[in-house]
Amino acid sequence: MKQHTERYLLPVKTISVLAVILSVIVFMSFSFKNETTISSLKSDTINKDSIESVKAFMDVYKVLMSPRCMNCHPSGDVPLQGDDSHIHTMLPQRGKDGKGIYAMKCMNCHQPTNLEGLNKPPGNPNWHLPPSNMKMVFEGRTPNQLAKQIINPKTNGNKTLQQLIEHADDGLVKAGWDMGEGRTAPPLSHEEFKKAWITWIKTGAYAPKQ
Amino acid sequence: MITLNINKKTFNVDVDPETPLLWVLRDTIGLVGTKYGCGMAQCGACVVHLNGEAVRSCVTKVSRAAGQKVVTIEGLSEKNDHPLQKAWIELDVPQCGYCQSGQIMSAAVLIRENKNPTEKDIDAAMNGNICRCGTYLRIRKAIQLAAEIQRKG
Repeated sequence: MKQHTERYLLPVKTISVLAVILSVIVFMSFSFKNETTISSLKSDTINKDSIESVKAFMDVYKVLMSPRCMNCHPSGDVPLQGDDSHIHTMLPQRGKDGKGIYAMKCMNCHQPTNLEGLNKPPGNPNWHLPPSNMKMVFEGRTPNQLAKQIINPKTNGNKTLQQLIEHADDGLVKAGWDMGEGRTAPPLSHEEFKKAWITWIKTGAYAPKQ
Repeated sequence: MITLNINKKTFNVDVDPETPLLWVLRDTIGLVGTKYGCGMAQCGACVVHLNGEAVRSCVTKVSRAAGQKVVTIEGLSEKNDHPLQKAWIELDVPQCGYCQSGQIMSAAVLIRENKNPTEKDIDAAMNGNICRCGTYLRIRKAIQLAAEIQRKG
């Protein structure tokens, strides 16, 4: 009787162990989903280095959270203004496409170029906020939250890895370094920012822990 | 020489392309209904329509308007019978009158895009037009009345 029981238990034990191993493998494949997304895009340009990546992102974060960038990435539907990031006077609103509404569309006041003199609206041919269905908020984000938001196509304006790299040279992004008199430039030069941005992405776009 | 289309008429003006549209309208062409309030897009007295949008002519360079369609307060309607103008007269909105051209031009975009504006819509559209005399309550009522006149056709 004992022999019969032992023979019966052996395959059950084997199957149980195999099932556990399989479960672990499946679980691990889900938890590494982010890495799979990034590395599957262009694996030949990614040299994963989480320490370098996080270090570079902290420079990126410094720039993105400075007024010249954050003012147009507010948490609410009114842009921010000035070095102290107060709510934009006269309360222009985002609107569906981010270009303002009614008589206060962004380009009604913001011209294609900067204007001479203090306190005049800075200019760019494409002045706008992110659209209401993808607000790309910077204001109030921790480094961890911002990094994850930027790298995710569902929250970054549907950008691929390559498009993210190119975005550092976008016209409106670069305008952050040329916004007219009386506005403090971001804490790094555009060149330094671009270097940190690309380093962050190409070393795996890791999010800091906090 | 810059060619402008203002209130459906063509004007050829010999001005520096960097000149604000406001001064070309007032000094070169003689349309003085549009006012100078601040010169820095803060008050709304200078609002005109550029391709239907309520731009601030004190900061808009005339070169931006070249070949585009400009409408000033004088051209809002042929016979001063735009719903807003009717409402403004009926409710006796202006006090000193200085801001009112800009108020009407901004409100015109609102009721064109929103046939039934709420108070919040009026806030959103009109927050950039200031009135030193404080006619805001009459402006609000007039916008609602104009929208009603427009709905009734």
